[in-house]
Amino acid sequence: MAKVIIIGGGPAGCEAAHQLANQGIEVELVEKSNETGGNLNNWYQLFPDRKYAKDLNAILKGHLEHPNIRLHLGMEPKKIEKSKTGKFNVPLTDGSLLEGDSLLVATGFKIFDARRKEEYGYGIYENVITSVELENMFYNHAITTAGGNTPKRVGIIHCVGSRDEKVCNYHCSKLCCITGVKQAIEIRELLPEAEIFCFYMDMRMFGPGYEEMYREAQEKYNIKFIRGRLSEAAENMQKQLQIKVEDTLVGKPLRMTLDMMILLVGMESSEGTRQTAGELGLNLAPNGFIQPQDPHYRNNFTNVEGVFVAGCGSAPMNLTDTLADARSAASCITAYVKNHKI
Amino acid sequence: MINFWGYSISETRSINYDKNDKAMTEYIAATVPSSKLCIGCGGCTAGCTAGNLTDFNIRKVQMLMKRGETKDAKEQLQKCMLCGKCMLVCPRGVETRKMILEMLNFIKTNQKLED
Ligand SMILES: Cc1cc2nc3c(=O)[nH]c(=O)nc-3n(C[C@H](O)[C@H](O)[C@H](O)COP(=O)(O)OP(=O)(O)OC[C@H]3O[C@@H](n4cnc5c(N)ncnc54)[C@H](O)[C@@H]3O)c2cc1C
Ligand code: SF4
Ligand code: SF4
Ligand code: SF4
Repeated sequence: MAKVIIIGGGPAGCEAAHQLANQGIEVELVEKSNETGGNLNNWYQLFPDRKYAKDLNAILKGHLEHPNIRLHLGMEPKKIEKSKTGKFNVPLTDGSLLEGDSLLVATGFKIFDARRKEEYGYGIYENVITSVELENMFYNHAITTAGGNTPKRVGIIHCVGSRDEKVCNYHCSKLCCITGVKQAIEIRELLPEAEIFCFYMDMRMFGPGYEEMYREAQEKYNIKFIRGRLSEAAENMQKQLQIKVEDTLVGKPLRMTLDMMILLVGMESSEGTRQTAGELGLNLAPNGFIQPQDPHYRNNFTNVEGVFVAGCGSAPMNLTDTLADARSAASCITAYVKNHKI
Repeated sequence: MINFWGYSISETRSINYDKNDKAMTEYIAATVPSSKLCIGCGGCTAGCTAGNLTDFNIRKVQMLMKRGETKDAKEQLQKCMLCGKCMLVCPRGVETRKMILEMLNFIKTNQKLED
């Protein structure tokens, strides 16, 4: 039986494992943390349908209970080698050795470290938090300032760590705009009286139902959108944030005090993605994500034969696209092992 | 003091959202809910009859009003001919004509109150 090693047990790795196992292929799924699901474990409700992330995670996890899948939790590859015969040898941190006919890189993304954008005050001012920390507040059904008060005015800042030469990221993280809209609505539900603003450069509502959700945020939830990039924030004596933006649609600088500021942190390629690429000699795109062979019809292929990529290791993408990408990778791998008569 | 820049130095050019009076903003959001849907595309201004003859910019007047910058609104809105062309192009269905009428209403009522 052909055998495939998958590095990374996030949504992409789990879905690909399930699809390959159903094709009668043996799968070794390696996940460095103690649970599968990757970044899905960080979200409370998902856009666009407000599904609980844990419900989707449970489905993906359930699929792993398949006789063809062996799960290696809490383990990382010590190194990854391709032999002369084209086999992949992967010794794990527990001393075991995996051997496979093909390898799928599903090592995903990491969240931009907001401290790198110092002028926004994350880690310095107590009422500046990230979109990831906000998800945790939703989980507990309570939004309060660090001092324990109910915020009256909340600002959501788009493009933190994305589209910004100053932090060496030219790329758009693609999902933060819709995350901001979703989170603004969730804030409104918990804080009916608050004023809620999104400060954006462009609203990138690329997915089905996203633009509609943006409309709903404006009309039904009374979220206000101001086009302009935050230049800097300062803290006052009351631990509020004083922000400066240009309201570019009226062409005037604008000053405003916020009780709480949320940073829509972007996506970068994960350490696991960069490390795996380094060991296998995979080409990286200038944005640090893995460069597929062709953006249209060979987007799961890498420059190394037998090595495939799925999910956010190659680009920021939502869960719909991640899962579709995983299925597509699984079908490419199935064809690959068949053609090589493994 | 000599004014080098063509506008008064003491009067700041920036919007101070905290200090601005948002009474008109709230009134318009309540009476013309569709105004909340504006995305600032400028379609209304591009086709505006008055805007093509004067410096009147209906999009800008609307957006300034939303930030509580209503000082020039009355003077600006006098230029509108209420032809309704702006409504025909709006991709978000903002009832611009109704919004203009309500802004004028608000200004009238508040002036009466003041007098
Ligand atoms: C703020 C935010 C909110 C989001 N909300 C939504 C939403 O509501 N709806 C939606 O559709 N999408 C959402 N997304 C996108 C979603 O999180 C991604 O589409 C999805 O997580 C991508 O899955 P992945 O498997 O490619 O990567 P990841 O989720 O990053 O998983 C990668 C996995 O690989 C493991 N790994 C990494 N390196 C190694 C290694 N060397 N060895 C072993 N294991 C390794 C990691 O531990 C991790 O488990 C959001 C993204 C962000 C940033
Ligand atoms: S999705 Fe939106 S917030 Fe995120 S980087 Fe792109 S434009 Fe900025
Ligand atoms: S109604 Fe007024 S704002 Fe609208 S197009 Fe006519 S003149 Fe311009
Ligand atoms: S056409 Fe509509 S959406 Fe566009 S700026 Fe005018 S009112 Fe706003």
